[in-house]
Order: sequence, then C-alpha cells, then structure tokens
Amino acid sequence: MNSLFDAVMGLGPQLAEHVLLCAAAVALGIAVALPLAVWASRSATVARVALGFASLVQTIPALALLALFFPILLAARAIFGEGLPTLGFLPAWLALALYALLPILRNAVTALANMDEELIEAADGLGMTGWQKLRLVQAPLAAPYVMAGIRTASVWTIGAATLATTIGQRSLGDPIFAGLQTQNWVLVLAGCIASAGLALIADALFGLVERGFATRRPAFVISGALLALAGIAAAAVSLMDWPGDERDNGRETVVIGAKSFSEQFILARAIGALLEREGFSVEYRDSLGSAVAHNAVESAEVNVLVDYTGTIWTNEIGRTGNPGREEMYDAIVDWEAANAGVQVLGRLGFENAYGLAVTRGTADRYGLSSIADLAGVASQLVIGGDPEWFERPEWIGVRDAYGLRFGEQRTYSPTFMYNALISGEADVISAYTSDGRIAVEDLVVLEDPRGALPSYDAIVLVSGNFADDPQLAEALQQLVGAIDVETMRQANYAVDRQEDKWPADRAARWLLDEIGL
Amino acid sequence: MASQGPAFLRFEALGKSWGDIQAVRDVTLDIAKGEFVALVGASGSGKSTLLKCINRLVEATSGRVLLDGEDVLAGPAAPLRRRIGYVFQGIGLFPHMSVGDNIALTPKLEKQRLSDERISELLTLVELDPALASRLPAELSGGQRQRVGVARALAGDSHLLLMDEPFGALDPITRGQLGDRVRALHDELDLTTVMVTHDMAEALLLASRVLVMDAGRIVADETPADLLSGKGGEIAQALVAVPRDQARKLAGLTR
Repeated sequence: MNSLFDAVMGLGPQLAEHVLLCAAAVALGIAVALPLAVWASRSATVARVALGFASLVQTIPALALLALFFPILLAARAIFGEGLPTLGFLPAWLALALYALLPILRNAVTALANMDEELIEAADGLGMTGWQKLRLVQAPLAAPYVMAGIRTASVWTIGAATLATTIGQRSLGDPIFAGLQTQNWVLVLAGCIASAGLALIADALFGLVERGFATRRPAFVISGALLALAGIAAAAVSLMDWPGDERDNGRETVVIGAKSFSEQFILARAIGALLEREGFSVEYRDSLGSAVAHNAVESAEVNVLVDYTGTIWTNEIGRTGNPGREEMYDAIVDWEAANAGVQVLGRLGFENAYGLAVTRGTADRYGLSSIADLAGVASQLVIGGDPEWFERPEWIGVRDAYGLRFGEQRTYSPTFMYNALISGEADVISAYTSDGRIAVEDLVVLEDPRGALPSYDAIVLVSGNFADDPQLAEALQQLVGAIDVETMRQANYAVDRQEDKWPADRAARWLLDEIGL
Repeated sequence: MASQGPAFLRFEALGKSWGDIQAVRDVTLDIAKGEFVALVGASGSGKSTLLKCINRLVEATSGRVLLDGEDVLAGPAAPLRRRIGYVFQGIGLFPHMSVGDNIALTPKLEKQRLSDERISELLTLVELDPALASRLPAELSGGQRQRVGVARALAGDSHLLLMDEPFGALDPITRGQLGDRVRALHDELDLTTVMVTHDMAEALLLASRVLVMDAGRIVADETPADLLSGKGGEIAQALVAVPRDQARKLAGLTR
C-alpha cells in the first residue's frame, strides 16, 4: 500500500498537465458547441448535421481519434508551416475537444428545442430582439441542462485524456501505459486512482454549478466555478518555470522518443542519462506507436529514437525482399538522409528481431526446430501476436514463405503475449529476440532457413535539426556497438519480470554501468 | 358604435394563408382610438391570427395593417412590439425572474430602468399587493400571474393593448374580476384594446364593439346592444344565443 501511496504522490506533474489538457479541451468544446447549438436552434438542417457529426465522432475509439490527428496535422503543415506541432498537446487538445463536443451540444440543442413555447411567445410579444431573447430567456433557462452536458463532457474527457500519452502528451496515462508494459500494477493502479479521483472532483464541482443554475442560487454557481478555476490555476502555476530554476541552461531541449515496450523505455533513459551528462536537458515521449514514433523523428517532434532496421525496411520504405544485413543497413542510412534529413548514428550492437517462439514442451511434442517444421502442424496450433503483428509485412512474408495456416490467431499486448504462451492460451508467439523472458522461460525461437524475416539491428536515429550537432553525436557514439544482446536481455528482464521489478531508469543505469559508461 | 375618430388601427384587405389553408381572408376594417374591440368566433375562425398580424407574431401574406397610419411591416418587429401591450392565455411570466423584474422587462429592453415606485403602482393597478414584486412567479396563483401579465403589458406605456384569450385559463370568479379590472383600466388609461375570446358573454359585457369571425372573414361588426337586439346575422346570433339561453334558464331558477 505504501508504494501505491508513493506512486500516486509522485504524479504531480502528470496530474497538472492532465488538468490543463482537459480544461483546455472542454473549454474549446464549449466554445464550439454553444454557438453551434444556437445556430441549430434556428435551423433544423444545422441541428441534424451538427448532432450527426458529433455522434459520428463519438463512435471513433478515442485512441484512434488521437492517433488520426497526427497525419491530419502533418498535412496541415502545408498551410500553417513547418512549426506546427504534430505530437503532444495540440493533437491531444483537438481530439479531446471533439470528444467533448457531443454531450454539450446535445444537451444545449435539446434544452433550446424543448423550451416552453409560451415563454418564447412572451419573449417575442414583449419585443425582444433575437439576441435579447437568447441572453435574457433562453440562456438562463437552458443553463442547468448545458451545465449537465459540460459535466458529462468533463468526466469523459478526463478518462479519455489518459490516452494522450500515446501521442506524446504527458498525462495520467503515463503511469498506466508504462505500468501495463512492464506489468507494474502499482503504477497502473496509481494512474487509475488519480484520474478517477480527478473525474470525481470535476463531477462534484460542476454538479454544484448545475444545481446552482437549476435552483437559481448564484452562490453555488460561483463557488463551484471558482473552485474549478482555482484547481486549473494551481495546475498551471505548478508547471511554470520559475526564475532561478536550474533547468534552463541555454541549450535546446532534446526530446527522446520511446515506443511502447520495456527495451525502448530503458534505452531512452540510457540515452537521456548520457545527454544530461553533456549538459543537454532532455524530455521523454514514451509509449508512442511504432509508425507514430518514426514519423515524429522525421518531423523533429522527437529528436532521438532507437529504431530497428527491419521495421524501417518493411514499414517505412515499404520493401519486401531481404537483401542481407549490411546491405539493408546501408540502404536505410541513405534513405533516412534523403527522406527527411534523419541521421542514422549507428548500430547499438544487438538485434531485436521478430521470431516465432514456442515453449520447450511444444517444440519437443511436435519436433519443431525451424519455421519450416511448423507448416505441417500449424492448423492444430494457436498463434498469438502483438496488436501490430498480423498487419505487418513480416508476418505476411513469413506466412507465405512457409505456407503457414494456423488454426486460430489471437492478439495480445506485448507483455501478455509471453504469459499467454506459457499458460498455453497460445502455442506460438511473435516474440522479440532481445526479450529477457526467452532465456528465463526456456523458450525456443524457431530458425528461419528461408530468410523470410529481415534483420532487426537496433539503430539510433537523430532528427534533422540535431543531425549536425557534434556534441550530441559524440555523446551517443559511446553507445554504438556497445550493447550485446545478452546485456539487453538482462536489462529487459529486470523490468519485465514479475518479482522485484526495476523501473526503466534503474535498468538504464545498470546497463550503462555494465558497458562501462 | 362605428369608428368616428381617425383610424388608429386600420386593416386593408388583410389575408394570411399557410399553404392551402386560408386563415384570414380579405379583412378591411378601421378601429378608432379608445375602442374596446372583442374578436369572437369559433376555434379556427382566424381571430387569433388576425390579432397577431397587428404585432407581427404572424406576418400577413396579403394586404396590410396600419398602426397610427404606418405599415407595421415597415420597420423591425421588436421596437413595434414594445409599443404594443400583449397579454395571452399562456401568460408567459419568466420563471427565473422576480415579479418585479418581469414587469420591468419591456422598459429594460429599451435600456430604461423602471423605478420601484412605478412597479408598485402597476401592481396596485391590477389589484395586487406591491410586496409581491420580490416573489418568483411560481409562488403566485394563476389569477395573480395573469394580473402580473397585464401589469407587464402596461409597463411600456403603450396605448394599444392586445389580448389573446387572456382569461381563458382562469377560474370563473377570477375571470370576472380581472375582466372588470381590465375594462376599468382601459377607460382610466385611455387605451385602445383588441381582445380575442371565444366567450360571447365576456365580449358582450366588456367590449364596446364586437367583431364576429367565421372562416377567416368578419361576418358581423356590431355594438353589444345591437347584437342583443338581434342584429349581426345568423352566425353572430348563434353565438349570442348561448349566453342568452343561459341567462333565461338562470332567471327561471330564481322565480
């Protein structure tokens, strides 16, 4: 319990950014929804279109809506220039505001449409202009219903904002996603408690305002609104850089990206530690989707990222063949430089390849040592993969090269995939070869005699705006060729194991220590 | 009593239709200052529509309405309506405003503040306790609310009062008292009043001139005395027959 308390207490900055993000999103939602509702009250067509659109948005899963704003903003750079951020606050704000739109809009439209007709006739009969009628009659009478919509929107937004972590915006989703990746349930619980607590507080405050409007007690309205504003202001103040803070040392901040698995978290922390020694200030963008992470380096939202040659070869360049390890690496270096000026600093020294893994028991029972052995028995087996796997060209490639037809395929988050294999829910999984659990659980990675799976050398990418920075290059060169797969597996396992789990930064320190840095 | 002074309110070949439905047909009519006109007719005869063409809650499709010689459609609707008192069956007091604020609303729309004394005076005019000014409408009885409705209609110092079934939802006693009070105010304040009602007895007792409508047309235009003496034609006499029969039966009971 004690560690849970500590974990919740350690979430100050995440809580503050979460509060500001949600407040900004709900505010934008209100600013769009209210004029739209007034317009809709005067035109049935507008009402239909606006409500239809808002309902449609609501059917898009929040995670997908957030991710969709990356390409949208990337395209918008054609209009607003290269300075437009495509990750972090801006897309999270816009997506969540869209999400907040529906409850506010629907309540406001319903309240205006169902307004007592006698009051409208009286307002017209007395000689109110349209604006006077809105201000003196419709707005005050609709206020409790609109407030109820704002209340619902706030609670939804606070919940959905945890997903902003996936597009690089700090939020209470940080501990949830990091905890899910590393099976650190204390972290997951801490994030959930914090966001649920925040939602309850927002609900209570806006409930007070709503009651104040409904029962015409301005004191309720004012105190609820003031308390909410005070909370938002406190969040803003806590995030401000005060003069005298030692943070600012004149150098541009380096943003280090990490995809959503333990190895990425560890390597990002290791890179961060080396850069901080050189006087850089660093920020982390964790739990990014694979494609989002690479795009973010191209657009320089993220400045340093560890990526894998096979992933870039198939997913970014869109190639299918396997030219061999060296040739692939050279081609990628050229392609990255030509594509967006991204610099490939070098290979870290280990590979994190996709491999098909089975338990020792399964290997013995079916006599499996290579993927070719699988073809005959695949129809009796269940294959498990991470959410990306079955869409990836590597899977298509290996499936077609060996003619694999599995009885069933199931999707797991990377962490649970190993559990599924060991508990027998899946017979074969798309394992990562640098994963510490392969050795510990005595898993068999099947050989690939036809070379269907490309190599996956871990490489360091540097965004164009830092590509010519000698100090940064020098700091990171120390890692090139320095990490062998055994060391990486041990670091990964320290974070992934069930007992005595280490946080990523501790594993990173151990890793640097181990390789003499 | 036909119009003697210059026409204060004039209808010229007024018509209103909604698609195929002709609610008002070719109404031409003058109303002089100071008249108390009752518009009587069955449901759907077009009397409310005709009334609302005056303050533009309904806009005519043909012909025109002149108020003090000016076409009501000439300017924007809102300032016109502020010059015209309007009382209707729904009352329409705003539930989020006190009685006093409801009464002060029309001047407020013109950025003028109605003094507390004037609010008290208006409440007294409709025979309400001035202390009610600080109450919310929900705390009042139906009769009290409609009295506030009348006070609100008078607050703009308008000389034209339009009433659409003003007493329709009230109990008979309140209805009689408030009718008498409105008639007295009409005389005291030199108002011109047009009242829509389906109750011929009410029209005969309060109005100086009764217009009978049927299918969008005015089929009779008589004084109450003339109507009671048998003038105005079949439709008007059918309407007059109802209260007359009731009166006869009541008289029979007392004998």
